[in-house]
Amino acid sequence: MNLRWHLTMAWRESRGSRARLLLFVSSITLGVAALVAIHSFGDSMRRAVDDQARALMGADMSFESRRPFSKTVEALADSLGGEQARRVSFSSMVYFPAGNNTRLASVRAIEGDFPFYGDIVTEPPEAAHTYRRREAALVDGSLASQFGVKVGDTLAVGNVAYAVEGILKKTARESAAFALVSPRVYVPLSGIDTTLIGRGSRVTHEIFFHFDDTVDVEATLAKIKPRLREESVGSDSVDEIKRNWNNALTNLYKFLGLAALMALLLGSVGVASAIHVYVSQRLTTVAVLRCLGARIGTTFAVYVVQAIVLGLVGSIAGAILGLGVQQLLPVVLADFLPIDVRFAVSVSAVAFGIAVGTSVTVLFALLPLLAVRRASPMMALRSAAGVDRGRGIDWLKIALVALLVLSVTAIAILQGPHPLVSMAYVAAVGVVCGILASIALGTTKLLRRMSTHWMPYVARQGIANLYRPNNQTVMLLLAIGLGTFLVATFLSLQHVLLNQIDAADERGRPNLVFFDIQPDQTEAVEDIIRSRGMPVVETVPIVTMRLHSVKGRTVEAMRRDSTAHVTWAHRREYRSTFRSYLTDTEQVLEGEFATGGYNPGDVVPVSIEADIAEDLSVGIGDSLTFDVQGVPIQTTVGSIRSVEWRQVRTNFFVVFPAGVLEEAPHFNVIVTRAETEAASGGAQAAVVREYPGVSSIDLSLILDVVEEVFDRIAFAVRFMAAFSILTGFIVLGAAVVVSRVRRVEESVLLKTLGASKRQVFNIMTAEYVLLGALAAVSGVILSSVATFALARFVFEAPFVLPLPSLGVVALAVVLLTVGVGLVTTRGVYARPALDVLRVEI
Amino acid sequence: MTAANDEVLETVLEVSGLTKSYRSGSRTLTVLDDVTFSLVRGESCAIVGPSGSGKTTLLGLCAGLDRSSAGSVRLCGEDMAALDEDARAALRNEHVGFIFQSFRLIPTLTAVENVMVPAELRGDTKARQRAIELLTRVGLGDRTHHYPAQLSGGEQQRTAIARAFVNEPTVLFADEPTGELDTDTGRAIVDLLFELNATARTTLILVTHDQEVAERSSRLIKLRGGRIESDTGRAASFRDAVAARHVAGPADSRR
Repeated sequence: MNLRWHLTMAWRESRGSRARLLLFVSSITLGVAALVAIHSFGDSMRRAVDDQARALMGADMSFESRRPFSKTVEALADSLGGEQARRVSFSSMVYFPAGNNTRLASVRAIEGDFPFYGDIVTEPPEAAHTYRRREAALVDGSLASQFGVKVGDTLAVGNVAYAVEGILKKTARESAAFALVSPRVYVPLSGIDTTLIGRGSRVTHEIFFHFDDTVDVEATLAKIKPRLREESVGSDSVDEIKRNWNNALTNLYKFLGLAALMALLLGSVGVASAIHVYVSQRLTTVAVLRCLGARIGTTFAVYVVQAIVLGLVGSIAGAILGLGVQQLLPVVLADFLPIDVRFAVSVSAVAFGIAVGTSVTVLFALLPLLAVRRASPMMALRSAAGVDRGRGIDWLKIALVALLVLSVTAIAILQGPHPLVSMAYVAAVGVVCGILASIALGTTKLLRRMSTHWMPYVARQGIANLYRPNNQTVMLLLAIGLGTFLVATFLSLQHVLLNQIDAADERGRPNLVFFDIQPDQTEAVEDIIRSRGMPVVETVPIVTMRLHSVKGRTVEAMRRDSTAHVTWAHRREYRSTFRSYLTDTEQVLEGEFATGGYNPGDVVPVSIEADIAEDLSVGIGDSLTFDVQGVPIQTTVGSIRSVEWRQVRTNFFVVFPAGVLEEAPHFNVIVTRAETEAASGGAQAAVVREYPGVSSIDLSLILDVVEEVFDRIAFAVRFMAAFSILTGFIVLGAAVVVSRVRRVEESVLLKTLGASKRQVFNIMTAEYVLLGALAAVSGVILSSVATFALARFVFEAPFVLPLPSLGVVALAVVLLTVGVGLVTTRGVYARPALDVLRVEI
Repeated sequence: MTAANDEVLETVLEVSGLTKSYRSGSRTLTVLDDVTFSLVRGESCAIVGPSGSGKTTLLGLCAGLDRSSAGSVRLCGEDMAALDEDARAALRNEHVGFIFQSFRLIPTLTAVENVMVPAELRGDTKARQRAIELLTRVGLGDRTHHYPAQLSGGEQQRTAIARAFVNEPTVLFADEPTGELDTDTGRAIVDLLFELNATARTTLILVTHDQEVAERSSRLIKLRGGRIESDTGRAASFRDAVAARHVAGPADSRR
């Protein structure tokens, strides 16, 4: 006896069940499809980043600084040779006189032929090359459509007016999602309103280099990097850009991969459940084979071969479907991608999908197949002989379960962005599945014990179906419940986050902020605001500074020391304020907030935000020295605060006491409230016209942006969740089909005993309604618990539930369950009774 | 019995003190109680008795389908208790044929494929050829590619008989072979069984309720309450037939 016999026998044995078996494996097809689509797309994306890295960067190398480049850096740049271009980027209000509109935008002032690689895509196309020569501007598509800006219109950045030369469609290094948050305006560097980029403004200065191919850019950069660091100048090369983008994009598709894995796991559990019933129907055949002299291993192998072939067929079908889905992904993710990702079949992704799909299916199928080993050959003589449950522990089963958990964790680790995330994911899936399974087990036990004699016959029978032998209640509740859980959690979370932003717009709360106001302009701006009937809620001074040293050790020294823990908190530019009171968005966690002002000569007690304190590893009493635009100021951590960041208020990482920074160069921020959008727009235009250097942002803009971004993420997430939900219903279909034989038998017996078609139909409907309701309610309740936990501990937002939407989800789940159930059981009653009673089932 | 006969009367099944009990809650239920008998090659033995008397349990234990609580079964010289599951399966494949009351054909296999299974399990490369020969012999030469569901009860049982004989077994166990057939078909099946039993010198052990079938066997064991109520012993006619065949020459050679 050989492999060929096993294959032949597996093939023969599957006759009459192949359609059913294919339906089982279609449960994994969607999971594999999602996995292959995402991996293959990921590969295409990496290839695209590699191919287009120079275009992404626009140059071979760049320097970047928050301050104008020093003479040393300028000299260094000149010594490198090659072609250079410069860019100065800053946020500024842009004024469109045609509609009297203003909007905060990212202004990019460019000198030279940047980008050297790749194109700025504009409408009309030639505008990308002519705007500098003609001293005109390019405007982001989103901004142009917001205000109906056309080519030839005028806009003003500061006190300089530009004609709109073209509309920006695509630029290097920036994705469309970014442009949503901060729309871009390109202007030539020469002729810019220099007051906008003066001291105190947030400006990024960049030099871009273009070398011929003989220059080893990486080596050059490695050589000069220490000197650049000394000057606080950052640098980038194509390789770094490549690495950064690859990391970012890899994380994106790996997260999506975990969603795909969810669908695959769900499908595999479905396969296992279907195989369980399938095998229980095959035990007599197994017993006969054993009587005829087949060894335990031989009969087991026949079914394992079937499982492998099933896994392969399902996975190959999934891989083919996945390549189709891959073509859709660029559409779904278009706004997050800065580059064109061309469709290409990734052989490794297809192989990965098929390997993972097949192995997960086989592993899950092996669990129910273990029953084959214990089928008593006596069953051939007496059906009641059944499966020999054996005495003692089934070590093979335990080993298999362990192998299963390990394999799923390994695949998740292979798939996920970080081992910890993957393990947390496996644990979370395990917990949710465990709870759902417990609910199912508890419910079936409860239903079995419940006294149902007072119910109508149809309802009693429907309930009894949920706990009859070989029922799949646990499996179905798991599959449908998990799908419901995913959809409901996502929906609730979206509601929690949007509700939180909406809540910020309550009556009386500030919703409009003016910033970059010079001290001598402050009063005048306040007057403009008040003259429009709006309150000045607060005027806050802001001083920019950097950290010089932490606990006596300079940041520079720490950066040179590879063992020191240097974070973003060490490197960043701080915009701090000074005041002697706490705002209602702050709470002191440790120490004492200095309310009494500061006496010259004392050490300055500052208040630090809790997360920053953690990043800097400082506590109460530790010393921090800030470089306030050239002047070192020694401080000590006097208090640590928590800050509610989500209010439209000025919030700070570092707050100085009154009496220290009053004389330092600073600008002011004014917080106000506009009752209507028109009032907000009018005030912004009035201020910007008078003081072009002042910028503003209002809550409606933030809300719009967040909603827009959320919608796009939601689309991508729903796209992936759809795989899990669809899988859930395929599992349901398969479960109903697999138990069809039993249902036919039951319905025929009922029919023979005088049940009407309607009664049989009602019994099945009662069963599916109960099943659907149980799954929907469990899923929604679990999702509410998860949303509560996420809202409370992750997003720190008030817990609210979108009850009407959840109701709709629950109802849809019940209807779909009943629909899928009844569609797959159709025709059961129509079977002639005699046929069924005669045929051995 | 002559010395020549002793040599020829090769014992193929030896059951000694066989007991089978089950625990049912706190009670012990003894289904088979101290059963002892032996069968020689070519003998046909009917086991009869009322429902619940332990007939099927005895059959299952003799074929090594289950394990006894006490006593022993030696089948073709092998002590069944000393063999593990796989060794017992191998022994069945080599020496045992089965016929079941409800035919037990594998529904997804055609008639010929069903008959081939035991031969294929032992690695017989001529399994198909032998299966077709046997099906032709039982009168189903034109129905080899039909599935069980497409065959009548009698045809299914004839297929099962062909399957039982495909490995030329030493012992054939038949559990109510006519139980689900009408009288005429049942009689034809029994004729076929006894004809094959005679030509292949297979030991035949039949569990039956059918008095007519029982009477055609050379030996009759009656069970009641798990014990042997009566045993006709080896029939003189059977011994004479064996002796005559021994004088005439060896029986059909086995593969």
